[in-house]
Amino acid sequence: MKRTHATTTVMVLAMAVFSGALLRAKAPAGQDGAVTPDKQKARVERGAHLVKTMACHDCHTPWTMGPTGPHPDMTRALTGHPSDVVMPPPPPASGPWIGHMAATNTAWAGPWGVSFTANLTPDKETGLGAWTEDMFIATMRTGRHQGKGRRILPPMPVQILNALDDEDLKSVFAYLQSLPPVKNKVPAPIEAAEPPAAAEKK
Amino acid sequence: MTTRAVRTATAALAILWIAALHAGSSATDDLCAPARLRDTGLYLDGRPGAIDPRNRPFSPQYPLWSDGARKTRWVYLPPGSTIDTRDPRDWQMPVGTKFWKEFTFGGRKVETRFLWRASADRWIFATYVWNEEGSDALLAPDTGVPAVVELAPGRSHDIPGIADCRACHGDKRPGPLGFNALQLSTDRDPNAIHGEPIAFDMTTVATLERERLFSPARPELVATPPRIAAGDPATRAVLGYFAGNCGSCHNGSGEIAYDGPSLKPGDVLDGDAVAAALLAKATTWQVPGQPDGTSFMLKRAHPEASAMLARMKSRRPASQMPPLGTAMRDDEAIAAIEQWITSTRR
Repeated sequence: MKRTHATTTVMVLAMAVFSGALLRAKAPAGQDGAVTPDKQKARVERGAHLVKTMACHDCHTPWTMGPTGPHPDMTRALTGHPSDVVMPPPPPASGPWIGHMAATNTAWAGPWGVSFTANLTPDKETGLGAWTEDMFIATMRTGRHQGKGRRILPPMPVQILNALDDEDLKSVFAYLQSLPPVKNKVPAPIEAAEPPAAAEKK
Repeated sequence: MTTRAVRTATAALAILWIAALHAGSSATDDLCAPARLRDTGLYLDGRPGAIDPRNRPFSPQYPLWSDGARKTRWVYLPPGSTIDTRDPRDWQMPVGTKFWKEFTFGGRKVETRFLWRASADRWIFATYVWNEEGSDALLAPDTGVPAVVELAPGRSHDIPGIADCRACHGDKRPGPLGFNALQLSTDRDPNAIHGEPIAFDMTTVATLERERLFSPARPELVATPPRIAAGDPATRAVLGYFAGNCGSCHNGSGEIAYDGPSLKPGDVLDGDAVAAALLAKATTWQVPGQPDGTSFMLKRAHPEASAMLARMKSRRPASQMPPLGTAMRDDEAIAAIEQWITSTRR
């Protein structure tokens, strides 16, 4: 009787632990709890490193001319194409030269039209302040705006960022969201003329 | 503790350890789309052309514009399963559900899309490309296939990649788009843009309720079939078009930054209210040629300042709407919506 009782107890405990293991395994990712302050701090640091080494400043921080040549103006770090720099129409493409870039390195013209680099600071209206981490990751995974919209335009190397794992993308987003928000309304892309073959099907 | 008890405990712990190691992976992780459409269960005995009668045809009353393709759709519900309708605006399909949508251009079958709920947390997306003879369809690569049919000079229909499937159907909580109470209502809109005739054997909310496939039962869908309430037929048809073509993204789910009214089918039933909200909503996206700050999602009596219409007219990559799945603008819808905007009072 005593042995049976011990066996039953062990089996009940075993079932409980087994159920717990199953339930834990079935829990959706991210349901383990909120990101701890330490984890968030680590992500921000990692994100800062990635942003620096992956050359995000090259295009998203306006360049200015200094004594040693053009360099990113870090007083406007990651604020995208300056709204006060109004670009004239680009010169026509000529021969093998199919593109042009602005002196700020924040506006690019090519067969796709003219693209302006985005304000990556967390300003609600003009930057990424209204974006969620999911939207950011979806954008890098799909190459589409917020994962669902228009394609991200050249020269954004979205295919390179797509190679990052989710944790790195979360780190980049965490860092960008940690920046002071800067209001800078970047112009919408200017589209190339619709192809002449766009005659609509009747 | 006795020796026997210790042995039992040891055995149990060993089993637990193994179970815990394997519990992180699901048997359904190994499931994938078959290499051939004929092996997905669409056809009787795998013979293309002979639809398995267990697969139910259906037709959403407000179809998505797909460059003029003729589309045929089927759904398979596993025997004994029911559709979870606890949230009447967001049905949850049972595990094992399969959807197919066949695209025909100019009388030739081009592709069949396949959506399969393989497990509680996994939907499988696949597209099959038909051969020229229409005798067989093979699984397309994950990245899709460009330019399978020329629609007009320089414009072609592409087979979507998996990323594009997920962009529309959702990534966090994927599911079908044209299979919901409004789309399957028996109170069909006679003015629906590109509305398709409904055949006698098609699945509707009435057939689903009659066959007790809703859990809980939804007798109200039979007694009062869903209908967009609007003061005039044009508003009803326009809102239905938006629900079928825009609602998968512009729905307030938080997947995109959008603060306009939700256009999800279940959210447009108060058609006049949704239309009023669209007509009052300024947009940061400026209609080309319009002064800054004067563009609205839809602007009363002013189609030229209505951003939604401008983007429907565009087939340039950065501004076209919908942003994927279409290479040709929908002229019939554009004309109808333009006329409707013009008719709205200032």
